[in-house]
Amino acid sequence: MATLSSNLLFISFILYLVATLFFGGSIKAKKEFNEKQGTNKWGKIAVFLTIVGFVSQLGYFVTRWIAAGHAPVSNMYEFTTFFGMALVGAFIVIYFIYRTTLLGLFTIPVALIVIAYASMFPREITPLIPALQSYWLQIHVTTAALGEAILAISFAAGLIYLVKAIDQSKASKRTFWLETIMFSLVTVLGFVAVSTVFSAAGYQEKFTWIDKHGNEAAVEYTMPAITGPNDWELVTENGFKPLIQMPAYINAKKMNTVIWSFIGGFILYGLIRLILRKRIAASLKPLVKNIKLDFVDEISYRSVLIGFPVFTLGALIFAMIWAHEAWSRFWGWDPKEVWALITWLFYAAFMHLRLSKGWHGEKSAWLAVIGFVIIMFNLVAVNLVIAGLHSYAGS
Amino acid sequence: MNDVKCECGHVNPHGTVLCEACGKVLDERDQSGKLLDMRYEGSARRSQTYNKTVIDKIWNFFSSVKVGVWLIVITLLASIIGTILPQEMYINLPPEVYYEQEHGWFGKLYYQLGFHDLYGSWWYLLLIAMIGISLVICSLDRVVPLYKALKAQRVTRHEGFLKRQRLFGINEAFDQGDQDLVKQHLIQKRYQIREENGDILAEKGRFSRWGPYVNHVGLIIFLFGGMLRFIPGYYVEENLWVREGETALVPETGEKYYIQNNQFILEHYDKEENKKFEKALERAGQVVQNYQSNVVLYERVSENLPGEKPELKKLKEYKVRVNHPLTFDGYSVYQSSFRSEMTAMSFSLANKESGQTFGDFTIDLKAPKSEYDLGNGYVVKILNFFPDFEFDKNGEPSTKSRVPNNPAFVFTMITPDKPKGETSFVAIRQTIEPFGDNVYKVAFKGIETQNVSGFIVRKDSSLWAIILGGIIFMIGVVQGAYWNHRRIWVQNKNGQIWIAAHTNKNWYGLKRELETILANTKLTMPEDQLQKEDDGDKEEA
Repeated sequence: MATLSSNLLFISFILYLVATLFFGGSIKAKKEFNEKQGTNKWGKIAVFLTIVGFVSQLGYFVTRWIAAGHAPVSNMYEFTTFFGMALVGAFIVIYFIYRTTLLGLFTIPVALIVIAYASMFPREITPLIPALQSYWLQIHVTTAALGEAILAISFAAGLIYLVKAIDQSKASKRTFWLETIMFSLVTVLGFVAVSTVFSAAGYQEKFTWIDKHGNEAAVEYTMPAITGPNDWELVTENGFKPLIQMPAYINAKKMNTVIWSFIGGFILYGLIRLILRKRIAASLKPLVKNIKLDFVDEISYRSVLIGFPVFTLGALIFAMIWAHEAWSRFWGWDPKEVWALITWLFYAAFMHLRLSKGWHGEKSAWLAVIGFVIIMFNLVAVNLVIAGLHSYAGS
Repeated sequence: MNDVKCECGHVNPHGTVLCEACGKVLDERDQSGKLLDMRYEGSARRSQTYNKTVIDKIWNFFSSVKVGVWLIVITLLASIIGTILPQEMYINLPPEVYYEQEHGWFGKLYYQLGFHDLYGSWWYLLLIAMIGISLVICSLDRVVPLYKALKAQRVTRHEGFLKRQRLFGINEAFDQGDQDLVKQHLIQKRYQIREENGDILAEKGRFSRWGPYVNHVGLIIFLFGGMLRFIPGYYVEENLWVREGETALVPETGEKYYIQNNQFILEHYDKEENKKFEKALERAGQVVQNYQSNVVLYERVSENLPGEKPELKKLKEYKVRVNHPLTFDGYSVYQSSFRSEMTAMSFSLANKESGQTFGDFTIDLKAPKSEYDLGNGYVVKILNFFPDFEFDKNGEPSTKSRVPNNPAFVFTMITPDKPKGETSFVAIRQTIEPFGDNVYKVAFKGIETQNVSGFIVRKDSSLWAIILGGIIFMIGVVQGAYWNHRRIWVQNKNGQIWIAAHTNKNWYGLKRELETILANTKLTMPEDQLQKEDDGDKEEA
């Protein structure tokens, strides 16, 4: 069952990949592209592939649930994969409201990156610690992920807006920040590439080091050490000697992974730039030529409107009910809880700015981007760096 | 301040921008713009009208959405700061030690600035309180005039009002039956229709306009629930440790409830039983499967007399596990932790050289006897007992607490050949013979332990407000987000049919709906005047 499950996920990954190409094709092939026209053949194939991929991923989800005996949303790999699936699901729903394949061209790659990122975490089926043994696991986690996914659609739409609206003929603050978003996405791919290469090569080296309490500890690196732990001593023969030593209160291994991800990101980005010979955002510009700005603006805002109640329900209300049962209090200022609140406050501010300050268009698009950054921060940094009570999610 | 009478005859309150009834622009300053600002229907809001007294000024400050958004953003940023380092409640050392020791100068600064208890700080609570005030005033400032304006609106609208709607179009040519067909379509689309002199006002989803105010009410109730906690007795949270086999009074219940702990169970996942978790267990080592205390809940039935043993009535047996608290009478008892406590230590008296033993004895650590007679003239006396042994500042043996965490004894061993006795100091894994070499020793044989379950007892009488607030908030937010307030005006002006439409959001949806409503008629789709502006101004950016 577990094997079937991973095969289904692999199939859906490939289908999303192919669908992305068709989404690209659907836009190139069309001369007049706006809200009124239906989807062309390429677009229809793309949407069909996306739906088949989604069903296949649902198959992954169900079979893994059966294999594990609990909802597969209990660790970083499972949750992030589910988030990717929710993103595709949210896209399918929004697609059938607005019928624009351009949104798929921007959403599905993001989902692909998310799923690829997920697969870098330990993939085995993990047992549930007592705190997670509750039916609220599936209710709270899936609703929260779905809410975040719908909110992420507003990011994709916002991105389309920015790609179209920002003048790429000369460098400016706006082109810089838009390109920074593109670079960040590429860096995630950098992380995936670097991790895959080193794990395929079976790279590992062991250190002993002195932690902040002065005790000796051991650590195993799976990438060559650029940053070594405090007072490191290499145990593995012929291991790569760290270039810089980190103080004890910094997690040198995680730091090392971050640095490698950036190296991977820079190389990938450099290659892309070498091929394109212009900014990524600039080369995407022709694709968005025919869409109307206020149309994507509306998709972006609508996604926030649809996603916000779902997010509130899943990430705050269901979370509180479960926390009340498991931890004896419905709110405890745990970092993950606080970041859910921060996300919620952010989108609340976003909607108020839109309603009464008239922050439409580009301002609103930038806000959608920042919202997604906050969601990603909560997913990645809070789990891996800040930890807290939700730290079981970090493995 | 005078009310303003519009040319249509409707009397509007002072400060009205658009006539509540016909929509004519009353505020002369607003004549210039191309499109009308339709927010709050151009109604007279207190904050936009009065600004004289201190109360006006306070009202105006809090009624501003700009201020509200700033409050949200400041709270958001403050909340971020609180997640940089663990808060006070998640550390297990005194804060003055922890932050500097674990995080160096940064930790020290963090502690000195009071960020270790950020969410309980006066200024954070003040921010939340200000958000609460802003919620109330913002809502009141808008909802009342908005309600009045929507109620007072008439079917026939002023030309200027219609012309300056975002969706607007004039039809010169049309068929006789067109207007009826449109009406039919509108009814099919579940619009509420009002007619006046052949003019039509079709409206639906007005209730979605109340969504924001409903969710604000929910939030206010929620915050009120949070405030209730500060009332003594409303919120109880106590730790309760109960040893296996013992019965303890549940704190803060007015000495009414007792809990007997029959057994504490700690289970780990077994690799053999859980083949599917095998790999994960190999990676992680031991993973806890279950924390459980089998308890019996009792209620006192006798009078509460000091010194008298209470008479208890058994209420229920329950297995308290994580996620499965025991609840009764508004109280919940949660499985929160456990520890293992030593209850007894057993020793034997032996000859150091030959190893021959002369009898065993067991010391009950809660009630050690002063001597243990092993028969045949062998006696072990306890001279001193340190339940939680340590060397104090002067290097003297002492005890940290009365809990037997690290028991140590000073024994006198009386034997037939040493009738005066030999003295020995025995602690876990060490023996000191203070007066030179002994012939005999007290040899450690074993310990008996007992589990102690750690419970959290909680009662939260403010929960109803939290739940009610949450439900109302969700209703309001769904109401406001998933429905739209749409209005379509189909009116006869100068022998033409004028069509205008307005929605509070989702213009795309409105336009698609209009297409089906105008289908099969000669009437043309009204133009999106904003898009026209867009095309001219921004599209080529």
